[in-house]
Amino acid sequence: MSNPSTSPAPTPGQTVGPFFGYALPFEGGPDLVPPHNPKAVRLHGYVFDGNGDPIPDAILEIWQADQDGRIPREPGSLHRDGHTFTGFGRSETDAAGHYQFSTVIPGPISSTGASSSSGGNDAGADSKAPFIAVAVFSRGLINKLHTRIYLPGHEELHVTDPFLTSLDEEDRATVTATRGGDGSIRHDIHLQGPQETVFLAFD
Amino acid sequence: MTTETTNLSDRGEGSQAEISDEIETLHAGYQQRRQQGEPPAQQPSLDFPPYRSSILRHPTKNPRHVDPETIELASPAFGHTDVSVLESNLTIVHNGEPLGERMVVSGRLLDGEGRPVRNQLIELWQANSAGRYIHKRDQHPAPIDPNFTGAGRCITDDDGGYSFLTIKPGAYPWKNHRNAWRPAHIHFSVFGTAFTQRIVTQMYFPGDPLFPLDPIYNSIVDPDARERLVAKFDHSLTSPEWALGYRWDIVLTGSKATWVEPEGDDE
Repeated sequence: MSNPSTSPAPTPGQTVGPFFGYALPFEGGPDLVPPHNPKAVRLHGYVFDGNGDPIPDAILEIWQADQDGRIPREPGSLHRDGHTFTGFGRSETDAAGHYQFSTVIPGPISSTGASSSSGGNDAGADSKAPFIAVAVFSRGLINKLHTRIYLPGHEELHVTDPFLTSLDEEDRATVTATRGGDGSIRHDIHLQGPQETVFLAFD
Repeated sequence: MTTETTNLSDRGEGSQAEISDEIETLHAGYQQRRQQGEPPAQQPSLDFPPYRSSILRHPTKNPRHVDPETIELASPAFGHTDVSVLESNLTIVHNGEPLGERMVVSGRLLDGEGRPVRNQLIELWQANSAGRYIHKRDQHPAPIDPNFTGAGRCITDDDGGYSFLTIKPGAYPWKNHRNAWRPAHIHFSVFGTAFTQRIVTQMYFPGDPLFPLDPIYNSIVDPDARERLVAKFDHSLTSPEWALGYRWDIVLTGSKATWVEPEGDDE
């Protein structure tokens, strides 16, 4: 079974199955920022199947820049110290198919990955809207899915962002979160169905 | 056996013969498309109806092809603040020794160019030697082992290497169809240097007679790709009077673009 080419072939993915609950979730996993922190924003929603039924055995991961658009390099997600922003969170859905995170809205990232507030002025990067990167896993979902959550607070960039503007209105809505009356941010993920979320393949 | 209703899409109806026929038909369709010039499928089909609970849980639209953005080309950092070295030993979690075949599972985490991926997080979870998960949802009548939980973690070393000490998991029944059994496997969750490389998968053991019957394993329609999930027995990993050894390397997907971490604030 040796591969004749120089690059090894990738290991295929498999479903996360039903029994990840005692292994993948960890204490503080959904809380990138402690919920009582005044900057904290609650990001929450449901994961649905093709019948519109909530999925009680999905697990979501988010990965994002901080409010200044800085990409975190600090370890410590698995043992949070209550201060360091690591940019990574993990939330399993509950019996009602609901997930939630406590985080901040990421700022725009400059083209170099340095903080935009430190003075990058790349025109291409400046037209791009910040988002939260998402990986979705579930029993019945044979391989991971990637999607994005674009956020309220950066609407001016939503009309210039090359990816968002490439989508029609219905598809754009599946990757754009909404602000609830209580200040929380609501975002649902549909694995299938009329409101099916736009999932990504990376080139 | 009793049929238990869990969800419309996985009622546990249908025989193994029906499931095997469906698998065979889907694999034959793939081979036909290969002969017509379709490139090899490196990843499983998300739409693979023999795995019944996938029917309502796969996207029906094609994924949107995008160039990864900066954040997607980076990955969360993990280190020894996150994971203790003891977490790679699944046999010392309780007071006594777990039952079963003690074994080392070891290998390297590599990127799409074959380079080692250092300091990244590997998590695993598995059934005990009787095929029972500690998870409350696994209620089949195999014994729970009070000395085995079945979850571990490690951080890859400078050579991309990882190593776990555990026991060999048993096969276990599930309710995809009547009398369905999963081949013995260990679930792996792995991070790369880019979030795009994130992977959750399952490692299997060589020569398992359940391979042709299992809709999850066979959702990878390409036989060479399936083979990449099967560890190899490796006598050099065994210890006398102590443990057997299996070797399994994990190769992440490549991406044309890479993110170079900025070297300070001189932009």
